[in-house]
Amino acid sequence: MLEEAMQTEKTPAEKVGDVPPIPAKEEFEQLRAEIRNLDFYYPDSFQAIKNVSMPILDNRVTAIIGPSGCGKSTLLRCLNRMHDLYPGNRYKGEVILNPEGINLIGPDADPVMVRLRVGMVFQKPNPFPKTIFENVAAGLRVRGVSNKAVIAEAVESALRRAAVWDEVKDKLHKSAYDMSGGQQQRLCIARALAPRPEILLLDEPTSALDPMATAKIEDLVQELSESITIVIVTHNMQQAARISDRTAFMYMGQLIEFGPTDDIFTRPSHPKTEQYITGRYG
Amino acid sequence: MAVTTEGNLGSAQDSTAAAVGAINRAKKFDLVFSAAGILVMVIAMALLLSLIGDLVIRGLARIDYEFMNSFPSRRPERAGILSAWVGSLAVMVTTAFLAIPIGVAAGLYLEEYARKGWLSNFIEINVSNLAGVPSIIYGLLALGLFVYGLDFGKTILVAGMTLGLLILPIVIVSTREAVRAIPRVVKEAAYGLGADQWQVMWNYVIPAARPGIMTGSIVGLSRAIGETAPIITIGALTFIAFLPPSPIQSEFPFVSFAWLNENFTVLPIQMFNWISRPQPEFHVNAAATGVVLMALTLSLNGIAIYIRYRLRRQYRN
Repeated sequence: MLEEAMQTEKTPAEKVGDVPPIPAKEEFEQLRAEIRNLDFYYPDSFQAIKNVSMPILDNRVTAIIGPSGCGKSTLLRCLNRMHDLYPGNRYKGEVILNPEGINLIGPDADPVMVRLRVGMVFQKPNPFPKTIFENVAAGLRVRGVSNKAVIAEAVESALRRAAVWDEVKDKLHKSAYDMSGGQQQRLCIARALAPRPEILLLDEPTSALDPMATAKIEDLVQELSESITIVIVTHNMQQAARISDRTAFMYMGQLIEFGPTDDIFTRPSHPKTEQYITGRYG
Repeated sequence: MAVTTEGNLGSAQDSTAAAVGAINRAKKFDLVFSAAGILVMVIAMALLLSLIGDLVIRGLARIDYEFMNSFPSRRPERAGILSAWVGSLAVMVTTAFLAIPIGVAAGLYLEEYARKGWLSNFIEINVSNLAGVPSIIYGLLALGLFVYGLDFGKTILVAGMTLGLLILPIVIVSTREAVRAIPRVVKEAAYGLGADQWQVMWNYVIPAARPGIMTGSIVGLSRAIGETAPIITIGALTFIAFLPPSPIQSEFPFVSFAWLNENFTVLPIQMFNWISRPQPEFHVNAAATGVVLMALTLSLNGIAIYIRYRLRRQYRN
């Protein structure tokens, strides 16, 4: 399956600024989403994303790396329409979500519907001031689920998937604020997983955590990628190398290089990528 | 001291000595400023405490069961404040039920729903201005609009509406500030789960803003309870020897809103009325009423502080 997926991709040099062809039906399994010629403007008309096109493979980890201010978080937040919360932001281009092939940033796509399908975990752990149980149940309640048995089952399953169940199973009804930072972040992952989104976005999820907690999150991301498509933004290149299958390198709003993670880190084709991963700037 | 020009940068010791001089001067200023601050504070507190003390010394002994449970009377020793405190309570309840829902809704709309532009800026500035309008202006508005225009009479309802208008800006401003203080990440987390705006408002924004909203509302109410000018303007009576009908009835439908349409008096008016009498016994009654009024206001403020403390602790990560 991985080989097939790799065959559907072009070489990185061809990819920049190029419109990828619409994939054939049988390839939809591989391609969960696709960003096509995406431009993004902040209210002051600052163009933060410039003509980015890249595929997002199903049940794989796609990492977005790049120096501060390169637009990697901005790109991630395009994928679940987070920019719609603030007035004056503009998108151009397409973000296609398969298998239906709908354009997530198109005028017909409702941002709320997009966020029901594309979950997100933020930079700083941000549990709600509620119990651990209610934090994880929040996404289900938003969707109108009220059956107690269904919610209890979904909460346990999500906490298990997020590898935090054993630590919290005896204090589900205590405040989420009583947990450590690393536990809170895994709780936030469980909260995002509970309503079973199709894609999980992680925005520098370990930047506020210590190395031990970071290692746990990284293990978790790799485990999860067997059952869910993950896009992770990270400023930590080692992290991207360790956990991702595909890596996108961005610089000043542009996608400089995209490819299999091993290729990006061992034989980058663009000099900017090479300079960045060898630590000459960033 | 060492002049630090180019080519003549003093030694490290010289610059340290210069710094010590500057720091010593600054410390002297600190001392003078602290002393002046303490002096001003002591004067202000002494004035306030002597006022309160005077009131308490003169009035406290007069407060007993009889005083609280008697209607006003021509004879000072038989007069009480029953109709006044019941009236104050009824007016406060009406004010709270009118001003808090409208104020919270308006604040939430302005902060979260309204498009930001010149119009919302204009409204924001004017809401803040309204908070500074003298209360008698509200009284005149209410007299013209509610009493004469709409012919509601000089009732508890009109008093509640008038004081509700008076504290509406306070409730709106405190709601907006409370909503604005909610960290962006909390709202983003809720939106990120796919919540729509109504769900985010109802389940996340209002609960998180509750300490600020409740504090603002209670501070507003404690201002309203002491207001005299607008109530006098709408024509509250000073001599009320009856109580409004009870809101709870023994017969179906068990609740009654007839009390809203009754005439009334309130504590500050009763106090004002007694002060303007020549007999010194009535002045004692006025002082006692003042003590009751002050106790009410201070306990309202105390409740506000307690709520703020309790709820803030719950929201601290």
